[in-house]
Parts: sequence; structure tokens; C-alpha cells
Amino acid sequence: MSALHIKKGSTRHSAYNLRPTFSDVQERHTLAVLVENEPGVLARVIGLFAGRGYNIESLTVAEVDHTGHLSRITIVTKGTPQVIEQIKAQLGRIVTVREVHDLTVEGTTVERELAIFKVAGEGEKRVEALRLADIFRANVVDSTLTSFVFEITGAPDKIDAFADLMRPLGLVEVARTGVAALLRGN
Amino acid sequence: MRNEFEDTDDVNGAKQMTREMTGAKMVIQALKDQGVDTVFGYPGGAVLPIYDAIFQQNDIQHILVRHEQGAVHAAEGYARSTGKPGVALVTSGPGATNAVTGLTDALLDSIPIIVLTGQVPSFMIGSDAFQEADTIGITRPCTKHNWLVKDTEKLASVLHEAFHVATSGRPGPVLIDIPKDVQFATGTYCGPKPSASHYQPSVKGDLTSITELVEALEKAERPVFYTGGGVINSGPAAGQLLRELVDATGFPITSTLMGLGAYPASGKNWLGMLGMHGLYEANMAMHDCDLMINIGARFDDRITGVLSSFSPNSTKAHIDIDPSSINKIVRIDIPIVGDVGHVLEDLLKVWKSRGRKTNTEAVVSWNRQIDEWRKVDCLKFAKDEKIIKPQYALQRLEALTKKYDRYITTEVGQHQMWAAQYLNFEDPNRWMTSGGLGTMGYGFPASIGVQVAHPDALVINVAGEASWLMNMQEMGTAMQYKLPVKQFILNNERLGMVRQWQELLHGSRYSQSWSESLPDFVKLAEAFGAKGIRCSDPADLDDAIMEMLEYDGPVIFDCLVTKHENCFPMIPSGKAHNEMLLGEADTEGAIQAGGAVLV
Repeated sequence: MSALHIKKGSTRHSAYNLRPTFSDVQERHTLAVLVENEPGVLARVIGLFAGRGYNIESLTVAEVDHTGHLSRITIVTKGTPQVIEQIKAQLGRIVTVREVHDLTVEGTTVERELAIFKVAGEGEKRVEALRLADIFRANVVDSTLTSFVFEITGAPDKIDAFADLMRPLGLVEVARTGVAALLRGN
Repeated sequence: MRNEFEDTDDVNGAKQMTREMTGAKMVIQALKDQGVDTVFGYPGGAVLPIYDAIFQQNDIQHILVRHEQGAVHAAEGYARSTGKPGVALVTSGPGATNAVTGLTDALLDSIPIIVLTGQVPSFMIGSDAFQEADTIGITRPCTKHNWLVKDTEKLASVLHEAFHVATSGRPGPVLIDIPKDVQFATGTYCGPKPSASHYQPSVKGDLTSITELVEALEKAERPVFYTGGGVINSGPAAGQLLRELVDATGFPITSTLMGLGAYPASGKNWLGMLGMHGLYEANMAMHDCDLMINIGARFDDRITGVLSSFSPNSTKAHIDIDPSSINKIVRIDIPIVGDVGHVLEDLLKVWKSRGRKTNTEAVVSWNRQIDEWRKVDCLKFAKDEKIIKPQYALQRLEALTKKYDRYITTEVGQHQMWAAQYLNFEDPNRWMTSGGLGTMGYGFPASIGVQVAHPDALVINVAGEASWLMNMQEMGTAMQYKLPVKQFILNNERLGMVRQWQELLHGSRYSQSWSESLPDFVKLAEAFGAKGIRCSDPADLDDAIMEMLEYDGPVIFDCLVTKHENCFPMIPSGKAHNEMLLGEADTEGAIQAGGAVLV
């Protein structure tokens, strides 16, 4: 499919010749990076983004294969197609990076994020917050007479929407995990 | 401690030598097993066990430098001139931080070196111990990879992996940080097993793309090969294949600073170096070509000039082992990821199998056009009877050293560009210069590394006096090991390139670009026990150079040259290949505001 001899899912994966590489359009891509779980590997990845001036919109990391010592880093980033291709190629150069997958290019993805919201208020605002939480299928995980803590999972835009609604209702604090993502299908 | 060897089967079923030894001994054993004969280093508290192990053996020669930066540049010189990885050994803290410039230099020029650093004992890491630095953190962005080894059992495999990583794929510097307690402790040593590594960059290029490039070669009317350090890094076979390809097609070839020598300067298709101070014919060919074949170069900003007018009408092919080089700067039409040697072999095979076709008629008239550009004679300069012109000094050095198998290193600045313009290189690995990082102080220690690797060869460091002073302490090293390195200093009492830019960009306000208290270089040489030669008269130059060449030992040659000489040709900042300045007459208003912000 490509002149770069690209195997799907390999670190050399690139779809640069499927779309205009040097376009100015900013694209949002979700990358899944499989790394050897050794000390400093996250610093290498983050240092690459900082040193070369790439954006990180969200980043999550955890070990996913204990016996193989592999961690999965999910990075949501933004850039022109050329920058996105550079990011993938630069990630592929890191010696302890085993695979780089551009989920946005490889297929449709399931993206989920968990967030915890603290909302303080009384009277009608408090009732409204609870009602909206129910609509968004958020769970109440802590409550006082004047506050709730909601737990919500979903795609990032759902959580953004929930945050927008909670703000006028007494939003005090938010904690978000960042995106975990997988390709749909088998 | 057991010393006898025992045979065990490793996972691949191969016989494997393993034995118990201390971490310090493992370092020496691994270096031996990797074929290392020389280590450049400087001792200190955190590497004493390794130095003790060095003391107790004779297989590996240790060259004591006078500054850790010198150790790393010497290792680079060794690596660039042999094609083998260079090794440096330094202590923790300041030893490691002094190595950072050399590591960055090697990273930008893709030079395989292994730097071993001592570290405070592992139980003291993080306590701000004496001579503790976060070496891994500091060197992470300036190495290809680095390791902190906290367990002696893992030391041997990390050492072997380090050699594998440094030399595979796009070569580069690696660093191993070894805490002192790990050097003292005993563990199991195992031999090299490159296949065990997960790091296996592919070297073969995609045949479909290679065929696409062959089709482009067959049709091209105005082709040009643009080659770089990747050809040299790929090894001697790549250089041979390149020569075969260029000579068989008759296409003109230019090279970056890093690639000089891959194709012989005496070859009939040779255009000379391209880029900011490249030759007129080379840059014009790049601008007007219809097919550009980049082999192992990376579209550096010193090469391209302003990108919006970079070779506007050409199809661009790019062969590079590093996928991130493709489309990084310039849009590529035919990308080929692979090792230069492997790709050229396949390329030649395909091209021959299709009948060795080129668009002969068009290429002949293209070469005729190039000959017209050659007539501009862009390297001509006004001769002077009284004062030595730096260009003249290098012309004479070239003429008088032509018959030698000669190794040249340089510092950074005007002299470096003149050396690239006026010296001719017939073979790879004969030209060692700091291209990407532009490290003043590189050339002298690098010349030491080259001379250690080639004890009987003529090794000359073409220097400027300002650069040379940055690592002049290495005179001690040259004397101690009787390394007859020739330090050919073009002394203009100025930071020549800085001064040139100040003249062109900052209204000739020469802010801090000269030194009012230069040493007497002849006396300086004598203070170290070396030979000093000074020459200020063009009429004496040949004899003085001959005296330098005939002296068996280190020489500092203080060549007093024109103080305000500019380096031409020059593509000014923000301009294109076809907007070169050829001499002083062209400089008025040459650089506009947009170009002035560029480096």
C-alpha cells in the first residue's frame, strides 16, 4: 500500500502518501505506543514531545503485559499531517519503543476516559446536577449535604460536555485520566 | 572468584561462554569480545574499579586525555576514520557532564560511540552525593539510547546491547552509567548475542520504490546525486556501489560536508560540495535539476537554503535508513527506507536488468550546462604577494600532501569551509569534521583519535586559532603517546565566521569576535615539548609546510593569514541555491530582515 514498505502496526507505519503530507490542516490523532516497561521510558517519550515541540493533548500509561514487560502509552496529539508523521517516526526511533500504532489512521477506535467531578451546591442547583449526572450515566461516589462527587466514563467529548454543564452548577474540581483507546473490530 | 570458563547452552542453543567476574572485569571482557582495542578516558573516583581492571591487562590500550570532552571527540575521530565504534570512559558527575558536547556531536553526525560513565554507588543515587549527577537524565536527549545498570548480572548483556544499538540502523552515541558498587560486585558474564536484541532496524529497501526510482533514472533529463554521511556510515561497499552507479549513469554528483570522500574528488562527475558554502555548479545543479537522488543525506538547513525555493522543479527521491528523515524537511516523491549499501545494490541490479538505460542525449546537454557553471570558477580568489590568504594556504597544503593517504580533521568556522572547498578527498573515512553540531574544539582531539587508529598515517587538523584553543590541553595527550598530529592553524586573530556574519548582518560591528591576547603558538608548542612553526610570508609557505610534514612528532603550525577574509561562495540566509554570493562585490544588502533571524 505504500512506498515506505509499511506493515500495519509496525513502527514504520505511515500513511503519509495516502493524504497530502504538507497540508496546513491540524489533525487530532490517537497513538498507541507499546514500550518496554523499563525505568525512564516515559521520560524518553515525553522528552521527545517536549524537545521537538509536539503537542500532547492527553497521555495515559500503564503496564499491559506483565510477563512481556510491555506498557501501553496512549497519546492524543494534534498537528499537521507532516508533524503527525514525524511524531510517529520519531517515536519509532526510540530503542525501547516496540510498536507505534496510529489508531486514527488504522481504523475506527473506541476511546474512553474516566473522570471524577466534585460539584458543590444547594437547592435547585444540587438537584439539577444530580439529574444531569443521571442522564450522563455518571455515578455518585461520594456525597455530603452540600456536595457530590461524580464518576463518569466516556469519550473525551462526552466528559467535556458534562464539565460544561456542571460548571454553572457549582463545579469545584475535576480529575481526568486521559484517553485509553483500542481499535474497533477484531 | 571462579575464573575457569564453562560452556552452557543459551536459549538459541548456541554454545556460550559464561563465567563469574566483577563488573569492572566484565567491562574489559565485553570490550575485548566486541573487538575494541582502544579506550579514550580520564579516571575519577566512580570508575576506579574499571581503571584497576585496565591496569591488570594488556589487550586494550587506554589513551589518557586531558579533558573528558577530548575523550569523546577522540572516540569520534577513531570511529569516523575506521568505521568501527569508538569508546570513551569517564567518571561520574563532571566527567559525565563534560562528555555531553561530544555525545551531542556524535548524535547529530550519526557517529557510533560508546561512552561508559562511572556513577556513585547505587544505594547513594539520589542523595546528592559527591560527584553525583543524573547522567541518564542529562544524556537522554543527546544519546541514541542510554542505560543505568543497577545489577552486575545485567551488565554484560547491556554492554553488548550498547554496541549493537550504537552500530545498527542509523548509528549514534550510547552511554552506559555504571554505579561503583556494580563495578565491584561479582556476576555472570555472557558473550555477545546480537540476535537477542529487540532492536533490529530493517536494512533492505522496498523493491517497488527502488524500481520507481530506476524508472525515474531512465527518464531523467537533468539528474543530480546528492549524497551524505549515510554513504560513509553504510561502509566501504556502499561507497563502491555509489561509484559504480555514478560512473555507469554519468550523472553529476554533489555531496554534503559529511559525505566528502564517498565519491572521489577526482571523479569526472564530481561537482564539489553543495550548500551554504558549497560550489556554484553544485548548488545550481541542485536548483535546476529535474531528478534529485538524495542518498544518505538529510536536507539540513545548511544544504537547502530557503525551503520555498529549494529545487522547485525536481522529482525528489530519498534513500535513508531512518524513516524520520523522510519528509521531515522536504516533500519526497520516492522515499526508500533502507541502508544505502543494500538499496544501491538492489538499485543497480534492477537498473542493469532493465538494460542500463539513461536519457543519454539529455544528460549530455545537462553536463554541458554544468560545465558552463564550472567556468564561473567560484573558488577563485585574489592572490596576495605579502599576506597568506587562507585559501592559498589550503591550496598549498593540498598540493603538498596529495601523495599521502591523508586524514584531515577540522575545527569549526571559516577554515572548515575552506578546507571542504580546497582539499580533495578520494576515499571515505578521511575527512572528520563536526557537521551537525558545529563544535569548536572538535578537531584537535578528533585528530588524536584518528592518529591512534592509524599510527603511521599523516593526520592534519585544519584549525582556526579560536577553535583550537578550546581543547588545546590535548597537546599533553599528543605528547604522551607520541602522536605526530599536525595542527595546521589558520590564524586570523578573529572568530572568522562570526566576524563575517557581523560584517554581513550587523553593520560590521565586530562584537567580541576577536581575541586580544593570543598565545605565542610556537612557544606554546615548545612548552609542551612539541615543534612550533610560524609562517607569515606566502613565499615561505611551501618550505614551512614541508618542514611540518617531515617532522616526526606533533607540530603546531601557526599560519598567519589575512585578518578580514570572507568565505565565498555563500548562500546568504533566507536565499535560494541560485542566489549565491560569489565575492565581496555581491554582499551589499544581500541579507534581508527575514534572513537575519536565521542562524
